[in-house]
Amino acid sequence: MGWKMWSLKKSIWVFHVNTGACNNCDIEIVNCLTPKYDIERFGIKLVGSPRHADALLVTGVVTRQAAPRLKEIYRQTSKPCVVFTIGACACDTGIFHNGYHVIGPVDKIIREEDPNAIIAYVPGCPPKPEAMISGVVKALSAI
Amino acid sequence: MKKTIQKPVLAVGPFHPLQEEMEYFQLTVDGEIVTDIDVRISYNHRGIEGISETLQFDQVPYLVSRVCGICSASHPLAYINAVEEIAGITAPERAQYIRVIINELERVHSHLLWVGLGGHFIGYDTVFMWAWKYREPVLDLLEEITGNRNNYGNVRVGGCREDIPDEIIPKILKELDVVEKKTEMLTKAVLDDPVLHARLKGVGILSKEDAVKYAVTGPTARGSDVAIDVRADDPYAAYGDLDWKVISQPEGDVFAKAVVRLLETLESIKMVKEAVKKLPKGPIAIEVKEIPPGEGCGHAEAPRGETFHYVRSDGGNRPVRHKIRAPSYVNVPSFRASCIGEHIADVTLTLAAVDPCYSCTERLAVVDSHHNLVHDYNTLLQMSRDKTARIRKEIGAPELKMEDF
Repeated sequence: MGWKMWSLKKSIWVFHVNTGACNNCDIEIVNCLTPKYDIERFGIKLVGSPRHADALLVTGVVTRQAAPRLKEIYRQTSKPCVVFTIGACACDTGIFHNGYHVIGPVDKIIREEDPNAIIAYVPGCPPKPEAMISGVVKALSAI
Repeated sequence: MKKTIQKPVLAVGPFHPLQEEMEYFQLTVDGEIVTDIDVRISYNHRGIEGISETLQFDQVPYLVSRVCGICSASHPLAYINAVEEIAGITAPERAQYIRVIINELERVHSHLLWVGLGGHFIGYDTVFMWAWKYREPVLDLLEEITGNRNNYGNVRVGGCREDIPDEIIPKILKELDVVEKKTEMLTKAVLDDPVLHARLKGVGILSKEDAVKYAVTGPTARGSDVAIDVRADDPYAAYGDLDWKVISQPEGDVFAKAVVRLLETLESIKMVKEAVKKLPKGPIAIEVKEIPPGEGCGHAEAPRGETFHYVRSDGGNRPVRHKIRAPSYVNVPSFRASCIGEHIADVTLTLAAVDPCYSCTERLAVVDSHHNLVHDYNTLLQMSRDKTARIRKEIGAPELKMEDF
């Protein structure tokens, strides 16, 4: 493990990307910051720019309009980075799989940009904050 | 050649750190003052109305609860109201009360969520942390009743899916007492805080005339002295049996909207308590064999305003047309009245003050760059009337005359 990967495991800063979600996963992500769960005690922090982020939290199906923007954001994120697909929609488009404006799950779009991207999946509709925290811990211990 | 002066344009979005969803606001600015505002949407369009036509009547509530994660009880309820109107059935009384309880608990958590986000937008994170902390017990109650913190999926045609067991009723009342006390404290703290007075009063004023002109709904309208509320004006579920009042404020600024939401939260807690105490005995659902051909409209008061669903059935097991009009669709255009002339720093707050939900509002915009076609208000109106006439002809309804418009 190089020093870059080693440094990724501590105090990850995350950028939240909504690519066509119903708000539920987004609200639960923000919920993780609030007193009951308080993930900032682990050094996990929401940042305002993908250039500052170690991980992307992607929620929602990828719509036609969102796909190029998601790729752009992935390009801007400093590497190495982890992409967390939060929720059933982001993992495999879920209930919206036959929508005419939906072009695919998050991993498909990210792999088009970078075939070796590190992608972690947190399923659920929406996943509970505990599930998200557990997903982050599992992904980081697997690196 | 005519020389045109380009005014500076400030882009907010599509991925703005403050907003959670994708949306794009174009602010034309003159120094610090916003002189024009334009909104571009369809980033979040998922084609729910199209998907709905491929699902069966009983599957659609699970889809429409995902129109918007925070109105995930009101959208299914509006849809169910429409389908029950087609079928001509009424759900048992116990189911009506359970629907009210779920919807009002949703309103409590949604309004507290907004108060928290509003505090976050002005950099007052104490309010954010408080409001979201007090919201947690409500989510726990919803999880205990329906099995999920959000996206309850609790209504179905003819009744409800999950009952409220008698054992947890004392717990609900106890938890609500705690939430009520905390909300009262938060309300007093917000209403007496000189910082919030200075920051929110007189910002983003939407006058009563503009509120009527833009046809805004929900707390946005009630904050501008337009006391409309579907729960009172056209009671559905068990709202007619409960004792409550419509909250409205005359000022129309951001502070008034915050006051409306906080007082409504207290009102909702009172309603849930009353409904839980009055909860009648009996079945929670009736069996529905088939949905006859016909069309139905249903509406419900979501936390953001009136949500309207239109469903048409041809006697099969699927809706042949399902139309959704969410509250943010009418609230978002009112930015033209409330934001123009404001400072940039106040505009982001004014945008947040109507609690906009873009996943509800999304429409598909098709840009035809080859033919250079521009539709104005009259041609769009004509197209809409032509379409209505065509549909009415297809289903065999009598032809509309000009005076019907």
